[in-house]
Amino acid sequence: MSIDFEPFVISFKLAGITTALLFFISLPLSWYLSQTRSKLKPVIEAVTALPIVLPPTVLGFYILYALSYNSPVGAFFEEQLGIKLVFTFTGLVIASCFYSLPFMVQPLQAGFESVSKNMIEASYISGKGKMQTLFRVVLPNIKPSVMTAIIVTFAHTVGEFGVVLMVGGSMPGETKVASVAIYEFVEIMDYKAAHIYSAIMVVISFLVLLSVYIFNYKHKNRVFGGAK
Amino acid sequence: MIEIDICKRLHGASGEMDLEVKLEIKQGAFVALAGESGSGKTTLLRILAGLETVDSGVIRVGDKKWLDAGSKRGINLPPQKRKIGFVFQDYALFPNMSVLGNLLYVRKDKKFAQKLLELVGLSQLQDRLPAALSGGQKQRVSLARAMMGRPEILLLDEPLSALNPELRAKLQQDILSLHEAFGTTTVMVSHDPSEMYRLASRVVVLNHGKVVRNGAAKEVLLHTSGSQKFSFEGELLEIYKVDVLNVGVVSIGNQLVEVVLDSSEASQLRPGDIVSLGTKAFAPLVSKARKKRMKL
Repeated sequence: MSIDFEPFVISFKLAGITTALLFFISLPLSWYLSQTRSKLKPVIEAVTALPIVLPPTVLGFYILYALSYNSPVGAFFEEQLGIKLVFTFTGLVIASCFYSLPFMVQPLQAGFESVSKNMIEASYISGKGKMQTLFRVVLPNIKPSVMTAIIVTFAHTVGEFGVVLMVGGSMPGETKVASVAIYEFVEIMDYKAAHIYSAIMVVISFLVLLSVYIFNYKHKNRVFGGAK
Repeated sequence: MIEIDICKRLHGASGEMDLEVKLEIKQGAFVALAGESGSGKTTLLRILAGLETVDSGVIRVGDKKWLDAGSKRGINLPPQKRKIGFVFQDYALFPNMSVLGNLLYVRKDKKFAQKLLELVGLSQLQDRLPAALSGGQKQRVSLARAMMGRPEILLLDEPLSALNPELRAKLQQDILSLHEAFGTTTVMVSHDPSEMYRLASRVVVLNHGKVVRNGAAKEVLLHTSGSQKFSFEGELLEIYKVDVLNVGVVSIGNQLVEVVLDSSEASQLRPGDIVSLGTKAFAPLVSKARKKRMKL
């Protein structure tokens, strides 16, 4: 039996694009959350964390509605730009960005908060603005957090199921990702294919997580170890 | 001339308090800021650096205004635009950059950076990461980094309090030579009278946000009054009775001494009081101790 790898390709393409987009969306957001003393902070934090607690079907339902022709957003995209968002890959990317947002924001925010305030101020006093401080001092010193954020977001997007099924349906070659493919194999009782697909997912996920932990372990020893 | 006249309401651990400071500092002076913790020393330093805002006030350095919160448009130069160097108590080095990299981050001038590292005796370690340095070495890097931008004012926030006494003496020398070599105006927050005496030409004492003393180091720091030959401040630890005598145990610096108290003194004092211990009648015997300093 030959294995059709297309669902995996779509899964990883989706995860890659989502992670890249989310990284740049989350940088300013998590930096703001780590530095602000505003009373709005808990509100923004709660909204960002919603996708963790909401059932994927709830999130999927709202996104499906928002992107469909029945909502102003969906209508605008379809009429003005000619882009159909429901049951397309583009729609999947948008849905995934909402679904995986907390997995990018939270590790980055924790990383930013762990950076000593004095170090940031020392950079300002050295004559450097916020952007230079962020890219030359802050980010290089929280590499483990950045790695964790990127990898976990990627892995989480590969593993999504509910939202993808609701917003993307299961269009072969377009929105049929690996997790949905497995579900369909089980439904038609093709357990052999389900086994192979599932095993591949387990192995890949394990390798991804293992590489994060190895990287963080090495980084910790290099920067914070040595002579005291 | 540096003119400071600022006012800021602080919400500290000991309730609300107004920091109101009016000071003039001569160009090239070395000023020590002393006072109990919570008296506003560090806040004043941070206001000078532009890291903290004020409610009202003016800071003028030479003929430039760094801060003018009262005027219509309001001036408040950000830290990037003030020509300052700042040394933090916890060094605040950038862990991802080498020693030399930390200096070059301020200004790309390798020659000057290497000259500074030579001045503080760290030329050999220029390629190391901060994690591989000792506390004293880290603070020297931080000192050199602060001088990298050729600051008009060098601000030091208890720079040596995390170091042991022997290292402190060495670093005091480094601070003094940098201060003299570049003619910067230096303001240092300190708790250590010997450090202030050795380095500062002027000592300003803050208490509850107000300047309570401001004068030459000698005037402010030497604690003798009237006909006293010498006196020390210390903490009374215990009072106990031996026959008819009251004996007090006082902790001065790192040493404990016993003194005889008469009954009226003993009734007024309690363990925990800060007491001043002085004598008039004797010429003290001074002889060289075997060890320079007692380490605890």
